[in-house]
Amino acid sequence: MAIANYLYLSAILFTIGAIGVVVRRNSIVVFMCIELMLNAANLAFVTFARINSNLEGQVIAFFTMVVAACEVVVGLAIIVTIYRSRRTASVDDASLLKR
Amino acid sequence: MLVAPSLGYLVLSPMLIVFAGAVLGVLVEAFMGKTHRAAVQFTISVGVLLISLQQLWRIRDISSTTAAVDSVTIDKAGIFLQATVVLLALIAVFLIADQDNFVAQASAVPGSNEEAIALQQKNQQTEIFPLFLFAVAGMMLFPVATDLITLFVALEVFSLPLYLLAGLSRRKRLLSQEAALKYFLLGAYASAFFLFGAAFLYGYAGTISIRGISAAAGSANDVLLLIGIVFVSVGLLFKISAVPFHSWTPDVYQGAPTPITAFMAACTKVAAFGAILRIFYVGFAEAQTLWRPIITVIAILTMVVGSVVAIAQRDVKRMLAYSSIAHAGFLLSGVVALNKDGLAASLFYLVAYGLTTLAAFGIIGLVRDSTGEVTDLNRWIGLGKKSPLIGSIFAFLLLSFAGIPLTSGFIGKFAIFSAAYQSGNIAIVVAGVLSSAIAAFFYVRVIIMIFFTDPVNDSVSVIIPSVKSKISISIATVSSIVIGIAPSALLTAANNFANFIK
Repeated sequence: MAIANYLYLSAILFTIGAIGVVVRRNSIVVFMCIELMLNAANLAFVTFARINSNLEGQVIAFFTMVVAACEVVVGLAIIVTIYRSRRTASVDDASLLKR
Repeated sequence: MLVAPSLGYLVLSPMLIVFAGAVLGVLVEAFMGKTHRAAVQFTISVGVLLISLQQLWRIRDISSTTAAVDSVTIDKAGIFLQATVVLLALIAVFLIADQDNFVAQASAVPGSNEEAIALQQKNQQTEIFPLFLFAVAGMMLFPVATDLITLFVALEVFSLPLYLLAGLSRRKRLLSQEAALKYFLLGAYASAFFLFGAAFLYGYAGTISIRGISAAAGSANDVLLLIGIVFVSVGLLFKISAVPFHSWTPDVYQGAPTPITAFMAACTKVAAFGAILRIFYVGFAEAQTLWRPIITVIAILTMVVGSVVAIAQRDVKRMLAYSSIAHAGFLLSGVVALNKDGLAASLFYLVAYGLTTLAAFGIIGLVRDSTGEVTDLNRWIGLGKKSPLIGSIFAFLLLSFAGIPLTSGFIGKFAIFSAAYQSGNIAIVVAGVLSSAIAAFFYVRVIIMIFFTDPVNDSVSVIIPSVKSKISISIATVSSIVIGIAPSALLTAANNFANFIK
């Protein structure tokens, strides 16, 4: 059944995002990878809504988008503040706390 | 024909009041002049928390418990957890009200002219109060949410304000901003895992209600259920800072403003453990063969790693962060116990631990030199001789963390380990007792440092606390002492309220 392919796609997207967070150094890119993971979860929700033939999964997708938007606001605020005080957005440079 | 669903405003009211207070706080922040703003914000925060507490007291015996079309269940344990969050927040708000700890204008670049001018003209922003109230409201929703989407939204509602609050320290701003960045990136990473797991649980059960998941357990493809449980657990275990998802805790605890660390350490633990207890006791209880071995291993790892790594710490905030990791391990043994005693013991432990943590971080905020707080343990040497009262309170709190008899920590540990023992989980009890012994070592070492070592000639001193901090620290300390000496009232209450509606 072709619908399972959407689940595979979702799992692949999630994995790409999860690996990206670990290997990328720019905090904006790390953040984009997290957004990719959220969207992969969204795709899984919608696919499962189709498989289970009810609407709950589709409704959740809307909630997730709103929450992701809030996360963008907070996340960019934090990243921009850091950039303004250090002129860098690399997560490796943020290492004052490691001793 | 659409029928309007009944929301159940009465049982939702404690949360709605706090949300309303937060929104009101945003408006006050936007429209009020700076002269009285801080006082008004503080009054709003204390006021809504008190009203919310009173409302919780009114609904404590209510019979109808589901609200908002089954997405929220206000049962006995839910009310107890909400009351704990509100009480701890009420004590924490007096610490937070010390504006001296927070940056005047968060948007000003550290060290810039703009920052100096804002400080000089006393243009102190007070956005911490609405952010704090939003976080409290989210924390109240998290342990009573009974479907996956409400859980996710509650998780974000209390996390997002905390990310921001962590970055608002007035001194050592770069450290503070870095803590906010780390907390945010790792927190968002963990919530993505939570959401992905939630998708698989939904796919497995065909419903997002955790009761539905419980009813569906064992019926179909267990792989989906296992993936769902694992991923959801990653998100939740991150919030309680269980090993191996603990790496953010020491950094964030150290970098965040100390009052926020106090609030975060105490209240996040209550909210996150409330949700974990509910999800595992109600939603996943039928599938316990899948998760109990995993969570047992994680609990043991958390206790041992937290206790061992804490020994090597030179910074008092980092040391308490690792101690909070170890405590998360002790609390997890209440989760794997999966019986009524385990739930009651966890409820008791959360109250006792929350009060002790608030008081301990409150005191850390008082130890300063001319540049701000001093958290380096080597400079704490001999502090007990300089100020015996603060020194002895701190020593008492450390003993309570260590779980010495006649302190609240001892009763909590005893209750939780006996519940774990009853459930037949001997390994976790042995690991718990051993790591408590290891932990006692570094607590006692700090006590020896501050009392029995001669003070070095150093500018470090204990400042005279403001009236608000005094109120906060003394309430937390006194209640911690009372719970230690006369625990029966709280134990009975925890026992009576230890009931999740399945």
